[in-house]
Amino acid sequence: MEQTYLDAIRAGLREEMRRDSSVYVFGEDVALGGPFGVTKGLAEEFGQNRMVNTPISEGTVMGLAIGAATAGLRPVVEIMFIDFITLAMDQLVNHAAKLHYMSGGQLKIPLTVRVQCGISGAMGAHHSQSLEAWLAHVPGLKVVMPANAADAKGLLKAAIRDDNPVVFIEHRGLYWSKGEVPGGEHIVSLGTAAVARSGDSVTIVALANMLALALEAAEDLAAEGIFAEVIDPRTISPLDIETIATSVKKTGRLVVVHEAVEQGGIGAEIVARVQQQAFFYLDSPIVRVAAAFAPVPAGRTLEQQFLPSKTRIIEAVRQAIASC
Amino acid sequence: MAKTNSLDPIELLRRMWLIRAFEEKASALYAERQIVGLLHLGIGQEAVAVGACCALRADDLVYGGHRSHGHAIAKGADVNRLMAELAGRATGYCGGKGGSMHIVAKETGFITATGVVGGTIPLALGAAFAAKEKKQNQVVMVFFGDGAGQAGPFHESLNIASLWQLPVIFICENNGYAEFTPLSAHTKIKRLARHAKTYGIPAGTVDGNDLFAVRDAVEKAVKKCRDGKGPVFVECLTHRMRGHYEGDPAKYRELAQLSEWKKKDPIARVVRALKSKKAITDKMIEATEREARDRIEKAAEFALSSPWPAAGEVASQVTA
Repeated sequence: MEQTYLDAIRAGLREEMRRDSSVYVFGEDVALGGPFGVTKGLAEEFGQNRMVNTPISEGTVMGLAIGAATAGLRPVVEIMFIDFITLAMDQLVNHAAKLHYMSGGQLKIPLTVRVQCGISGAMGAHHSQSLEAWLAHVPGLKVVMPANAADAKGLLKAAIRDDNPVVFIEHRGLYWSKGEVPGGEHIVSLGTAAVARSGDSVTIVALANMLALALEAAEDLAAEGIFAEVIDPRTISPLDIETIATSVKKTGRLVVVHEAVEQGGIGAEIVARVQQQAFFYLDSPIVRVAAAFAPVPAGRTLEQQFLPSKTRIIEAVRQAIASC
Repeated sequence: MAKTNSLDPIELLRRMWLIRAFEEKASALYAERQIVGLLHLGIGQEAVAVGACCALRADDLVYGGHRSHGHAIAKGADVNRLMAELAGRATGYCGGKGGSMHIVAKETGFITATGVVGGTIPLALGAAFAAKEKKQNQVVMVFFGDGAGQAGPFHESLNIASLWQLPVIFICENNGYAEFTPLSAHTKIKRLARHAKTYGIPAGTVDGNDLFAVRDAVEKAVKKCRDGKGPVFVECLTHRMRGHYEGDPAKYRELAQLSEWKKKDPIARVVRALKSKKAITDKMIEATEREARDRIEKAAEFALSSPWPAAGEVASQVTA
């Protein structure tokens, strides 16, 4: 059935709350549906005991969810914007990520952190960031970034069932995009990439909202006889490097696209691992397409300059093709 | 292993001695480099740990801080596995991955300590939320020091605990020093219980070196909490007789102040109180200390003769 990304997330959350009475949702305004309506209607079905509105105290709410997990619940915390996950990083990094390890396996933290990121609607530097690379740097956290409705639902269900803390990063720009979502029980395993389009001239790895741009670029390039294979990592920690490396061994060229700034981005990790696994298959230097190394500007024209675009992806592919 | 929820004063004295002996032995092993890392001892604060935990049921949950050996022992942690954890051995509670500041003894209800000041206060709220939902009259206790009282999560947590009427007992061990600095240099608020009152939480301050004062206050708090009447805050005024950590010469502290506090040694005070009531003989007093020290010697032997974690353990249990 065709569904928006936002509706698919809500459907996944609803199914898991029906399935498992230990799933509780904590966050600002979650019982009211939240600013974008993702949790709309859930408080009516599950009650405000399980759809828990919290004060604006991100750090403490994150810790509270971790504590609830140590006491047998399976909490889902919503951080309204990823920019505010900074306030909860202490609890997320020092407790959620480490308690299983530090306790020698005595504790499990089956926590899902739902958060939305990215540029959409000229919201400026405090409501538009992409901070996934910070999170992927922390051992003990899993980090998921769905690029379409089907994966949003399937990965969220997998995240909630996972016995580890999973940061589930939604892209706000995708909320109203529609896609086909399989009926019935639909689960997408964490740590598996998807080949979104097959090709043999070049591999494009694109994250979250960059996937649609990469697919459009691939379509345009096909008209000139360049056949791009487009890969969506879907989970960035653990990263399915096998699928990416296998593709690069076939195409010999790699372009990595993400909306986060280039320096220290997850693209750097992908590039490092690909050169390790497929160095002798590479025909040209790997190219990254990412945001400028700057805070996100608020004005519409500056925002467009900041963002990767289809044109930049096409240019990067041409560069990869030409430089061999 | 000490059991919780026993109010026999002799038993409480035994537990205090067990903690004192454990920490003195840990200190000695630290001096010999048999234990390394950061070791924060609570020698002098045993009455708080024992007086507070004795009011709990075995299925109640406790969250600690960076100075929490005593809290874990008071909740019933096995001293062998605890000492082995401090010594980084495979037989430790956490297989040597946690160490002194990250003790977890889940089977006893001591859920976790933390290396982040005040870090477990929000965790205790979550556990109390879960307890409230389970409706088994479980309560949750969290220990933290006066240094946590100026941190944001402390205030956020008091607010939420009050707002949601969570069954959590806040035990503030006010030992007068946040690391090297006296409380007076960090805040104008002398009694941290005042913060709890601001957020609408019943709160009181007791002499934390008086076992019976702590016990009586916490018993009342636990009862209130268990009856579904929301959180309670108990501030216990105490003093750590060591530096912030082993190796800290604690030059910031006046010697006169230390000798003053030594007179208030919580173990000696229990002994005096029991003697005055003729509830204990000299022989029993001596036996209580000796048994504790013997037990801890065995714990140290167990720890130091235990194997190191296997090399492959370093990256195991990163995820469940």
